[in-house]
Amino acid sequence: MELTAEQKEMLEGKHGKAVKKAMEILTALGEIYGAKKLIPVNSVQIAGVSYDNLGEAGLEFLSTMAEDGKVKVLTTLNPAGMDMENWEALGISKEFAENQGRVIDAFKKMGIIATCTCTPYFIGNLVRFGEHIAWAESSAVCFSNSVLGAKTNREGGPSALAAALTGFTPEYGYHLEENRQAKIAIDVKTEIKGTMNFGALGKVIGEKIGNKIAYIKGIKEASVEELKSFSASIATYGGTALYHIEGITPNKTDIPEESIEVTEEEIKKAIESMNTGEDADFVSIGCPHASIREIALVAKLLEGKKVTKEVWITTARPIKKIADQMGYTRTIEDSGVKFACDTCCVVAPIKGRFKVLCTDSAKGCFYGSGKNDFKTKIASIEGCIEEALK
Amino acid sequence: MNGRIIFKGNTKAEAIVSAEGISFYGGVDPETGVVIEKGHPLEGKSITGKVLVFPEGKGSTVGSYVLYRLKKNGKAPAAIVNKECETIVAVGAIISEIPCVDKVDIEQIKDGAQIEVNGNDVKVL
Repeated sequence: MELTAEQKEMLEGKHGKAVKKAMEILTALGEIYGAKKLIPVNSVQIAGVSYDNLGEAGLEFLSTMAEDGKVKVLTTLNPAGMDMENWEALGISKEFAENQGRVIDAFKKMGIIATCTCTPYFIGNLVRFGEHIAWAESSAVCFSNSVLGAKTNREGGPSALAAALTGFTPEYGYHLEENRQAKIAIDVKTEIKGTMNFGALGKVIGEKIGNKIAYIKGIKEASVEELKSFSASIATYGGTALYHIEGITPNKTDIPEESIEVTEEEIKKAIESMNTGEDADFVSIGCPHASIREIALVAKLLEGKKVTKEVWITTARPIKKIADQMGYTRTIEDSGVKFACDTCCVVAPIKGRFKVLCTDSAKGCFYGSGKNDFKTKIASIEGCIEEALK
Repeated sequence: MNGRIIFKGNTKAEAIVSAEGISFYGGVDPETGVVIEKGHPLEGKSITGKVLVFPEGKGSTVGSYVLYRLKKNGKAPAAIVNKECETIVAVGAIISEIPCVDKVDIEQIKDGAQIEVNGNDVKVL
């Protein structure tokens, strides 16, 4: 791989220890994937924030990098293992809270915006069409590549951090136009509406084609929330980093000859497969993090009512601030529902606390059953609230 | 055998060979260095201080941090030799400073053999 004079200096340690380590990571990845050079990135999203996943060693690595490392570009963070302010009410131990706080402090020391959300595009890390970025968080990678038209590989925590500290990423994979072309057409034969159904569609397609790039036909309309749900689901079940939807997503692509269908029956089956439990004792909305529009809907549905079980709305803190301003927060909290900012039902340490999770998120169902051993129940947002009031 | 350097180093140790990939996250105990993945050919065996030979990494990207944790706990392998190194193991080896070489014909290496890793050179002694 060819390096510029500046990049060589970084690798030799002339820009400090953290930059040297970061450059070692980037050049090794570049060599492995056959990149010819490193290219500048304008935005980074870092995953691996929950102390539950990092452990003491991960934290130690971050602390070492924070000794002299400073980010060169706008960098935001994935959800943490808890709400950074309201953790006690959500049943998180003091010990965990302290450790999670140390993780966030290490990130902040490097100049990273400690937003803790999987929807950085809602809170100021908005990337433009054609821009090279280095994002981790599979749902956000898929959303930024497909819906926004930026270009990123599926980064892991350390490689995203390395890009942030140097401002570069190796040029391979989804940074190159020839690797962004659709490989298989998907003809959706039924009308898809709502976040739950878009999630189910993502599961069906992901399980059919794995991480191949799809050209999807037959979708008339899709809201940002529906695309957010779809991106999360297709990335979870297929490992997908990029898709195209005819008439909706902005990227140019060849239209593949090979074409398969998705039927109403398959969508129904996918939904059935995520309905493994009845009578939920835990309802969670906001995977990926809820938008202000979703919170407004929840507030409307809950007005003057009381829920009978543990219910979380997971969202980015800045989005909750808007909900506070609009009075949605009061309506929602008066009904007994809790806001869990900065975290979500996937990364919070809640294994064993609940038996049956009800959510509108297909991704939430995958990790709810896999990581947390919950039975799951999938429903629309309206259905989730109905379950919460039962 | 000449391979490709992922992280440069020089070490001599006994080989522990797996014909299957290894997922460090959930597959190796970071406190003990023992493989804990159910049904894995190395299940119950320690990788500590050995030249760990396997085709490629698999599983969650958090695996990189497990290698780092092994190193900090003094339970890391002495070196890693892969057929094809992927992101998780590469990043893990670099941040943990564990010598790592890939593109090596690992079928030539027998479990228990003495191995010398020196830069890109992997020698069965």
